[in-house]
Order: sequence, then structure tokens, then C-alpha cells
Amino acid sequence: MNGQVNPSRSGLMMAHFGNPTLRQLVEDFLFKEATLLDEWRLDDWSELFTEDARYVVPTTDLPEGDPERDLVFIDDDIFRLRARVKRLNSRHAHREYPWSRTRRFVSNIQAQETDNGEISVKSNVLVYRFRSGEEAPYVGSIDYTLRWESGELRIAYRRAVLDQEGLSSHGAVSIIF
Amino acid sequence: MKIEDLVEDDRGRGVFRVHRSSMTSDDLFRLEREHILDRCWIYIGHESEVENPGDYRRRTVAGRPVFLIRSRDGQARVFLNTCTHRGALVCRRDSGNALVFQCFYHAWTFNTYGELIGVPGEDAYGPAFDRKAMGLGQPPRVENYRGFIFVSFNPDAEDLVTYLAGARDYLDMVVDQSSSGMKVIPGTHQYTVRANWKLMVENSLDGYHLVPTHRTYLDYMASLGTDDSGQTLHNRTPATAKSLGNGHCVAEAAARNGRPIAHWHPLFGEDSRDEIAEVRQRLVEAYGESRAYQIADTYRSLLIYPNLIINDLMVATVRYIEPVDARHLEITAWHIVPREEPPKLHSIRLDTFLTFFGPGGFASPDDVEALESCQSGFRATEVEWSDISRGMLKSVPEGTGELQMRGFWRQWHANMQGFSKTNVQDREPADSESAAIR
Ligand code: FES
Ligand SMILES: [Fe+2]
Repeated sequence: MNGQVNPSRSGLMMAHFGNPTLRQLVEDFLFKEATLLDEWRLDDWSELFTEDARYVVPTTDLPEGDPERDLVFIDDDIFRLRARVKRLNSRHAHREYPWSRTRRFVSNIQAQETDNGEISVKSNVLVYRFRSGEEAPYVGSIDYTLRWESGELRIAYRRAVLDQEGLSSHGAVSIIF
Repeated sequence: MKIEDLVEDDRGRGVFRVHRSSMTSDDLFRLEREHILDRCWIYIGHESEVENPGDYRRRTVAGRPVFLIRSRDGQARVFLNTCTHRGALVCRRDSGNALVFQCFYHAWTFNTYGELIGVPGEDAYGPAFDRKAMGLGQPPRVENYRGFIFVSFNPDAEDLVTYLAGARDYLDMVVDQSSSGMKVIPGTHQYTVRANWKLMVENSLDGYHLVPTHRTYLDYMASLGTDDSGQTLHNRTPATAKSLGNGHCVAEAAARNGRPIAHWHPLFGEDSRDEIAEVRQRLVEAYGESRAYQIADTYRSLLIYPNLIINDLMVATVRYIEPVDARHLEITAWHIVPREEPPKLHSIRLDTFLTFFGPGGFASPDDVEALESCQSGFRATEVEWSDISRGMLKSVPEGTGELQMRGFWRQWHANMQGFSKTNVQDREPADSESAAIR
């Protein structure tokens, strides 16, 4: 098909492969997010979120953990998320000052429009983090709910699940995973 | 260097220093195993983690693979996780429910009492083969204090309550928070720190580091409008500290921020005020005004020697420190909560935990950094000593003093020399003070 969507078969394409346009859109958005994080442009990153956003990282032993019920690593609303950014931007988040070097690889992106016009996204993420002789990668998946707000995509929900069995050698989730 | 010289403790001059080889030497680590980890009571888990028959939790405790299980008769038991045939791990998941454990290697089968109940082709064994004697091994001692389960690999260990000494009262202050009992909720914080385990013990009891290290946390709390804002070093940090006997220690302070048990704070919202007052009322009825004050209105960082920390600050965490080798420790930390409490207070509790504690919190990552930083610094072996003398000549201990760490180190030093108790004469004037909490 050479990248060209046959209109008569687009319904089938949607059902089987997802809408390529939507996925490209989401991919661009996630790549931009990864760049902001790798470049430590955290203020810009926090602006990607909606006012009612939630950022959740469950524990390694309970990837299905629910912050309403279980102990998790991170369960930020927009206020704590901004405070997290402010903390990382200060010189006093000692685990990240000086900043670690990170490189993020985002792949296996699946995007689907939901009935209420939001976009539900699944992605795989590999983040290498280098600091103080430590080279441990964070590996896992990130699920998003994205929403259109005044013509821009925004993150309403971001759930990052680590595949590691424990935070061996990382000691913390000190970067944004 | 001789063991006797590893800790210099001169009360007259107020000198207390620890030789840094205690944090780096593999030989000393082996000696710690022998004299401390293999002799003391070591925490393995909370009974609420194995609620139903067959529920189990796999752990590493004092270097041993073990698992905690609720047997069919309702009793919580601990087994050494190794097949009595040739050694394979019998329990191969971190948690679950099972009424039989079949070793995958040659398919020997054990029940929840640890009994060997199945041996394929048993007729090939001779008369000396006694199946009854081939059950799973157990730590020589297992005791449960109000839900907290400890093991000891020392058959002659004194009973747990005697061992807990003055720490028992502080453990009671955690358990007595709820008439329905306490439980550990699902989800654990597990992380490795490239540092000696004793640095984590010190850090967990250290009031002096709070303001400089955790500035971002304090700033955040101040931005929310807590009464921590604008406070000085002294009234922000733990107000006092005590040695509780047998190496157990505590740092205490008046609660500054809110506690769902039962210290209301504007951040909790007006609508939770009455609920907290009710919790408070129940405490007063059950234990009287002054005990209720202690339970509800104080922060307590408790060390149960050698390697269990219960930090009962805004909310309570149980933190087990597994010494891996001289340069690595592993943390397993849980959130312990009342079995029943009003939903609003419970959700405040869950949220409050995450701001301060844990690998994604605003404080713990910086502690990890501090510990690893110290451990790296120890490679400069020309600088031989760490100073832990702060507050030593004071007659009343301060929160930013280090009496509680000296209590730990004195017990450690006695144990390392083969004594089970410290010499009473080692105590500081402030040790005998029952300093009032302000
Ligand atoms: S090692 Fe377990 S059955 Fe052989
Ligand atoms: Fe700390």
C-alpha cells in the first residue's frame, strides 16, 4: 500500500492496525516528551499536563497497584507534580544534582481514540541513566490518557510501570520515569 | 585494628568516634553475621501479610532464604526455603497462596507445616531414611509480638519481649493506634543502596540531617502552608532521643504536621476535623490523656536493634534493612495502617506517605544519595574516623544530637567483642533522663 490508505478499506485498517495518522501524532508527542525529559526541560514537561492530571508509578512487586488502596512509588496530582519538577530543578534534590544523563527510547506505541474523544496510549520505554558510575536502565511501559485542549495534546493520566523486580542498584526513582 | 579499638567512647571528654573500617571491611562484616545477625532477633514480617491459610511471603532475612506462611491450623510459621533433599528453593514466588509446595527438582512435596508428605519412588530408600525427619528446616526461634514476627538463629536467645526491652512500649504505641489492629497494605518499596547497612541505621535516626538534606521536602511542605514554614533548626527537628536497652533507640518529637492518628492539621480539611476528634477521643478513653498525647501527637523514629526501623511520623512505615555485604544493603519498606479507619483519613494517609517516604518521595532519594556518598568517601582510608559525638556532654538529649546512634554503636561494639550487653557504665547522663517531649 506504500503508506497510502485506501479509503474503501480504511474501516478495516482502523480495526486491525489502528489509525496511522493518530499513531503518528501520538508518536510525535511522546518523542517530544522524551526529549524534554532527556534535556531536563522539566518546566516545559510539566506544561504537557492537564490541571486534573495524575502521574502514577506503582511498586515493582505490585505492578497492578492502585494508589487508592495500595502502596505505590508515585501518585502525583498536578500540584505535587509541579513540586516534583521544582525540586528537581533546585540544587537540593541531591540524588539528581548534578543531574544524571538519561537517554529514553520509546517504542511499541499503540493509540486508540476513546468514546469521549480522549486518546488512550500504550508504549514501551527504556531509559538509560548514567551517574556516579551507575548505569542501571529503567525498563517498563507507560500508559497515557491524552486529551485535546485548545488544539494541543495534553496528558491527563500517565501510569509508568517498571519491569524490574526491585529497584536494585537504582536506589530510587529519582528521575521522571 | 583490634575490635576493642573500633569505637572510641570517652564520656569525660565527649569523644565518640567510629573507625570507618567497620563500614568497609569484609572480615568485620563476617564477624557481624556471626555476632549480631546470627544472635539477635530479626524481623521477618507482619502477620497481616499472611491473612489466610496458605498465604505466604518469601523473604531474605539475615542472609537466609526463608518464607513466612499461614499454616492450615491458622498459625504463622517460618521455614528455611531450601529443599531437604538437595537444596533447591521450595517456595519460588515472592507471595501467593499454596497448601502444598512441590520442589520442582525431584518433586518432593511439603505441606504448610513443613512436613515432607511426598517422595516419588520412596521405596528406593533404605530403612535409615526417615521422612518425618526430613521436613523443612525452621529458624530455631520464631516469636510474634502483637503482629510483628521475628526470628532468631540463636537457639539460646532470650525471649522476644525481654529482648525488646524499652522498645516494646514504642511498638505498643504503633499497635495501639487502632482498636481494630494494624495491617500492612499491599505494595512494598524494595531498593538496594550501595552502602553499609549501619549507615542506614544511623540515617533513619538522624535528626541533624533533616534541615540541610531534606530542604526540598520542607520547602514543599511550607508551600502548602504547614507550620514548618519559617522554623529554625531546633524546633523543626526531633526534640529528644533515648536509648531503650539492647541497642534499641528512639528519636522523638512533637508532631508538626498532621497525623491521621489523631492530630488534625488544616491541610486535612475542615471536613475531617470531627473524624479526627473521634479517633482522638477513643484513644483518650482507652489509654488516658498523656498516653493518647504520646500516640497521637508525637513523631517517633524507632530502631529495633539491629536492623528494623519503624518511622512513625506523619504516617508509619516499617523498614527492614538487610545487610548484603560490607558495601550493600537492601531495603524492604511497608506502609502499616489501621485495619479500619474513616475513608477520608485513609486516603489522606496514603497520600501523605508518598510525599516523604520511598524511592519516589521527596526525601528518601536524598538519603540514599547521602549514604552512597559516605560510602564512596570511605575509600579515602587515610581519614579513619567518623564523629558521632554530637550532644554527648548535654545532660538533656536534643533531637539533633546523636545519643540514639551512640546507643546503637555501643551495642554493636559490645556484640562484636562477644558480649551480649553493653556495660552500664557506658551510658550517658542523658540516657537516664526521661526527658519530656515538648
Ligand atoms: S532438591 Fe528438592 S526434590 Fe530434589
Ligand atoms: Fe533523611
